[in-house]
Amino acid sequence: MGNRTAETLTFRQGVVDCVPTLLGYLTIGFAAGVIEATAGMSLLEIGLLSLFLYAGSAQFITAGMMMAGAPVLSVVGTVFIVNLRHLLMSAALAPKFKGYSPLKNFLIGAQLTDETFGVAAGRLTGGERGADRWMFGLNVTAQANWIVANLLGALLGGWIADPERFGLHYALPAMFIGLAAIIVMQNRQYGRDLLVIGCAAGGFALAFLWLPGHLAVMAAAVLAAIAGAVTER
Amino acid sequence: MSISREFLWILIGSAIVTLIPRTLPLVLISRMRLPDPVMKFLKHVPLAVMTALVAQSVLTDGEAWRSPADPDWLAFFPTLAVALLTRSLLLTVLAGVGFAALLGWLM
Repeated sequence: MGNRTAETLTFRQGVVDCVPTLLGYLTIGFAAGVIEATAGMSLLEIGLLSLFLYAGSAQFITAGMMMAGAPVLSVVGTVFIVNLRHLLMSAALAPKFKGYSPLKNFLIGAQLTDETFGVAAGRLTGGERGADRWMFGLNVTAQANWIVANLLGALLGGWIADPERFGLHYALPAMFIGLAAIIVMQNRQYGRDLLVIGCAAGGFALAFLWLPGHLAVMAAAVLAAIAGAVTER
Repeated sequence: MSISREFLWILIGSAIVTLIPRTLPLVLISRMRLPDPVMKFLKHVPLAVMTALVAQSVLTDGEAWRSPADPDWLAFFPTLAVALLTRSLLLTVLAGVGFAALLGWLM
């Protein structure tokens, strides 16, 4: 990764930086496509969902709730809560994209996911600014991969049994581990980062006693970021 | 190929409630000067979010706690070691998949 200036943050570089995330979202997207097809969605519907909702856990939940015959409003409400964590990620990226037009920032944010956020945060550390072209390269590659994965899952899902056997489900957790490690090594503020890590992990474990996973993630992240901020003079 | 009416409403509704938190801060905050404490908070958000996501995926299966002998929990340690040693996201992902498959096969 290393320090790069805005000139090297080209569209093409964004595509290249997306490559390590492809396997993780390919497997998750494939699984999502299987579930969506099982829930009775047509290929066209699965394509539209991947295009406009474009969110891993939210698509699983949508398919599951549709299958269970849940009312529209409760599906939409659940998706809102599951995806609320993007608020935090969008806010964290905002200072890196100062000076771009509201439309550009809207487009940058519209394709924000855990993975593209992680890659962006790992590369744009310190005072480094983001480049719109680079972010679009990253975003478009990630979403194209996601749509293809969903459609493949819907088409081929019935033929592939037990993907857990190949460890492919671990591509996503491994990606999060790698992104966290890269952020720490870029920051070089090991004491404070260890505190943030401790608060986030401990906070999650505590919050998960009472809250569903996606809310526990958000609560833990807010707590840990506050801990990091107050220990910084 | 068809789109059901119910699906259409779910699609529109869930797309809107997802788009707003994704875009609103980027559109608004990037045009403001934020107070110092907020900037310090935002600086720590990436590591905080990634760590919380790691905790969710290695400590739980999404709904319940994993057992201490769960392969996906045990695979966390060698995967982290590879991440720290190689500093490569791609190698970390490939190694993590390998460890999870191996541990799943052994356990």
